[in-house]
Amino acid sequence: MTAPAPAASLPRTDPAQSPLAIRGLTVSYGQQPVVFSVDMTVQDGAMTAIIGPNGAGKSTLLKAALNIVKPLAGRVSVYGRPLAEQAHRIAYVPQRASVDWDFPTEALDVVLMGLYRDLGLLRRVRAHHIKHAKDCLARVGMEDFADRQIGQLSGGQQQRVFLARALAQKADLYLLDEPFAGVDAATERAIIDVLKSLKDEGKTVVAVHHDLSTVRAYFDTVFLINRRKMGEGPIATAFTPETVQATYGGRLADGQITQLTQDA
Amino acid sequence: MGAEFVILSLAPLLIGTFAAVACALPGNFLLLRRQSLIGDAISHVVLPGIVVAFLVTGHSTTWPMMLGAAGAALVSVVLIETIRRLGRVDAGAAMGVIFTSMFAAGVLLLEQSDTSSVHLDVEHALYGNLESLIWLEASGWGSLLDPVALRALPPELTRMALTLLVVSLFTWGFWRPLKLATFDEGFARTLGIPVQLISLGLVVTAAIAAVAAFDAVGSIIVIAMFICPPATARMMTNRLAAQIWWSVAFAVLSAVLGYVLAGYGPLWFGGSNAVSAAGMIATVSGLMLAVVAAIGPHRTA
Ligand SMILES: Nc1ncnc2c1ncn2[C@@H]1O[C@H](COP(=O)(O)OP(=O)(O)OP(=O)(O)O)[C@@H](O)[C@H]1O
Ligand SMILES: [Mg+2]
Repeated sequence: MTAPAPAASLPRTDPAQSPLAIRGLTVSYGQQPVVFSVDMTVQDGAMTAIIGPNGAGKSTLLKAALNIVKPLAGRVSVYGRPLAEQAHRIAYVPQRASVDWDFPTEALDVVLMGLYRDLGLLRRVRAHHIKHAKDCLARVGMEDFADRQIGQLSGGQQQRVFLARALAQKADLYLLDEPFAGVDAATERAIIDVLKSLKDEGKTVVAVHHDLSTVRAYFDTVFLINRRKMGEGPIATAFTPETVQATYGGRLADGQITQLTQDA
Repeated sequence: MGAEFVILSLAPLLIGTFAAVACALPGNFLLLRRQSLIGDAISHVVLPGIVVAFLVTGHSTTWPMMLGAAGAALVSVVLIETIRRLGRVDAGAAMGVIFTSMFAAGVLLLEQSDTSSVHLDVEHALYGNLESLIWLEASGWGSLLDPVALRALPPELTRMALTLLVVSLFTWGFWRPLKLATFDEGFARTLGIPVQLISLGLVVTAAIAAVAAFDAVGSIIVIAMFICPPATARMMTNRLAAQIWWSVAFAVLSAVLGYVLAGYGPLWFGGSNAVSAAGMIATVSGLMLAVVAAIGPHRTA
């Protein structure tokens, strides 16, 4: 795949300054690598969709970039510096399935976890911390559920609480693993509005996304992956029937794909 | 309640209570991590350590036995982690393997050596000797201010109090990372929390509590207190901090109520002998779990 030409509206980010630049990232849980020699350069101030079939290594890519799982090889830089120095500028929302929903904690408490870097081991939670957490809940429309145990929220509500926790971190780069999984149209709208408002503030958003039909409407750039990188760049050049079909290993119906990727 | 209570019951009550709370505190986190049986495992794996300590020193003095137990617990924690990592198997499976082999090794060692002269036996390991931890030097409540009498307090009391202090400090000091790493490990890592170190710290703390309590009150209480008060407390609330306090309350209640019932209960019912305090304490904690499981406010999380 040749590198697509940069789109006029989106200045190409210098890898040395990119919010997230990954080089040669290889990750394995056992014998076979599940992410193989992946390069990725996230555009500053843009919304990027990570696209690929189930098991393609999307979650693994994010986790390895954050050093949640240890990669076999590869370098990660965040705003041009090593991850360890810049980790405080990243907020991460894990995939729903990885959370213990039975845990004795309430929505507001979850959002307060986003303030760990401010609070440290023993600093007291003060009124302004609570207020900040409540503001973040309000921003995702969940202020009325502050006292609800997280397992007793609906899927869409849970997703919004975790988005609020990410907002509480006051980060510059937001990495979200399937923020739209199992949410209804109204919640999807609410979440995308929040993500777009982040972009308007100059933040960078990267989200694993499964719904090919909304990629154009929601995102500026795409990153296609199926164990290896299958394409990267602005929607117009990188999100084509060919690249998408290749990413899904030819398992999508042709008509379906042309429609999804060409529709304006 | 006068001199007799101070001499016979004060020390066992305090030791039982401290042991119960010291086990219940880490038990809360082990429960939420679905690793409750670690307390059970630890109280079994320490057996070979105790036997080895006895073989080396030739008698059953407390400190070498405690060191042997702690050594065995540490060895098993390291082995479990190693098997989990190298074999890439589930923590439960790794624990199962270590748990059974260490206990079996302990039994073999015990059989091969001549330990029959001391009370290094199964009964002692199970029930401990709570009732025998009496304060002979005491002459009444005033003895609490008498340095000479205080020095003759059972050493288990000091040890359990210190253990409880260590466990409480760990729980308080590392509250936030413990909670975060237990709830959402991946997210905790992105916050720079050393998740692995926290897990190890929790298991080591649990091991300290288990070994100290095992020596003083036997393994029945250890196993029961790691599981019952936290599990009961979980059904009382949906907040972690509240759960911890509830578990402390249930642990204290089990220890006190269990001790009193064991000593006086059979007499009230016309029996002549007291029953084992350790057994009764564990039974009470199990009964509380059953009651709360039937009527607790947050039964199905
Ligand atoms: N903890 C793990 N241990 C072993 N294998 C794993 C683990 N996590 C993921 N895998 C494997 O790695 C591969 C990539 O998984 P990953 O979760 O990154 O996929 P994904 O693209 O996020 O898929 P999905 O769309 O279903 O979320 C899969 O084959 C999966 O089975
Ligand atoms: Mg995934």
